[in-house]
Amino acid sequence: MGRTRNFYLQLGFTLLVCAFLILPVLMSIVAGFTENFFIGVKSGLTLRWIVVVWDLYAPTIFRSMYIALALILTYGGFRDFRTSWMFILVGHVLYTLPFMVRSVLAVLSSFDFRILEESAASLGAGFRRRFLGIVVPNARSGIVAGSLTVVTLSIGEFNLTWMLHTPETMTLPVGLADSYASMRLEIGSAYTLVFFVMIIPLLIALQRYGTQRIKKVGRA
Amino acid sequence: MRRRENRTLFLMVVPAISVGAAFFLLPLARLAVVGATGPLGPQAYLAVVTTPQYLEALLSTVVLSVAVTATTLVIAGIAGVFLERNRFLGREALLSMLTLPLAFPGVVIGFMVIMLAGRTGLIGELTALLGVGRLVFAYSMAGLFAGYLYFSIPRVILTIMAAAEKLDPALEEAAKSLGAGPWRVVRDVILPALAPALIASGAICFATSMGAFGTAFTLATDIKVLPIVIYTEFTLLANIAMAAALSIVLGVITWATLAASRAVAGATAAAAG
Repeated sequence: MGRTRNFYLQLGFTLLVCAFLILPVLMSIVAGFTENFFIGVKSGLTLRWIVVVWDLYAPTIFRSMYIALALILTYGGFRDFRTSWMFILVGHVLYTLPFMVRSVLAVLSSFDFRILEESAASLGAGFRRRFLGIVVPNARSGIVAGSLTVVTLSIGEFNLTWMLHTPETMTLPVGLADSYASMRLEIGSAYTLVFFVMIIPLLIALQRYGTQRIKKVGRA
Repeated sequence: MRRRENRTLFLMVVPAISVGAAFFLLPLARLAVVGATGPLGPQAYLAVVTTPQYLEALLSTVVLSVAVTATTLVIAGIAGVFLERNRFLGREALLSMLTLPLAFPGVVIGFMVIMLAGRTGLIGELTALLGVGRLVFAYSMAGLFAGYLYFSIPRVILTIMAAAEKLDPALEEAAKSLGAGPWRVVRDVILPALAPALIASGAICFATSMGAFGTAFTLATDIKVLPIVIYTEFTLLANIAMAAALSIVLGVITWATLAASRAVAGATAAAAG
């Protein structure tokens, strides 16, 4: 296969872009495990910073998760949340709603569900039956992909949460900002590491689900 | 039958519409009113362009966003078309690495910039090794520029890849067989075909750069960009009317950019079709 000089030039360029995006991630992972980042890895590796982060921020780390999950599980039933919680929840719903809509719409527009619905209607299926029996199952992959996007976005949302948060409703990115502003670089890195550990499985699931969906649509 | 159907469908959008109205439209209207009822009155909106401090913040935010958008489009355009066109070993891995930062919040991106260009950053280490002194630019406009690039590149790459998938290879073949060189093909075939995607993703890139807060907040609270100025007016100076007026101006600019891009990209798409 004849690769031209042009191919390698472009490959090199793309690899450079990738380095710009990935190197800081790797550095921050290393920094989270390093005794003293100013000296470098030769100062020794340690789990100390992770422990510090765990002690300082454990509740905030999971609070984002709760909000994100609550978002999906209780669309509509907020009764268990305290008022301050509801504020952030509503904010997150508003912010993530378009992504869910877009994801579901993309799946629905990739096949002609109107024909399916019409044939069901001609066989006498009512609205509820058609909605639950045809629209929801067919849109399922879109709903799952949308949900994963919503969780990811909600975990990472900062601007809105920062304005609305109280010490008790602090979420992960707010904790991150706090640690960047007031702690050592190693602690900030360790906290970022915790963030990566939470977010990367979600991203992998999202990517896998996304490509599966495309394959399926392609086959249909 | 038809009418009942429509009513059921309408009932199903009611929750979305009412949440949107109660928590988005009403607060927005209130914001516009608050902006006009401070000590300056409606003049507050005028003050955005007549007060040098605000005007400067507005202009530097616009310049920064335009620069970020232009650079992102060039970088992501090249990388996106390349990744869509070629199949090679490790392509999938490269693609996942390029899209990993999609989920990073602004604060984390700020931290990534500190890793790259901070006091112990990679770029500083490299320039120190090369003997040109330690280059540190994380806590300035340049750092913000790097951060917004970091934020935008993965998003735009994905859009460009989706658009490049639909490019018709026959057109390029035709251009080549008529004797067009590679640059000519890029200029006359690929770029016009990608124009709608470039315009749409460029507008989103511009709008997010205008309003991004987390990155600037992490890097330094004294970089004078509009979102930071709004934040300072609101929390530190308790100048709520001015903060509201600035927010409305920021909102109008980003909304207008997005609307304009939709109109232009829509027209281009129609013309191409």
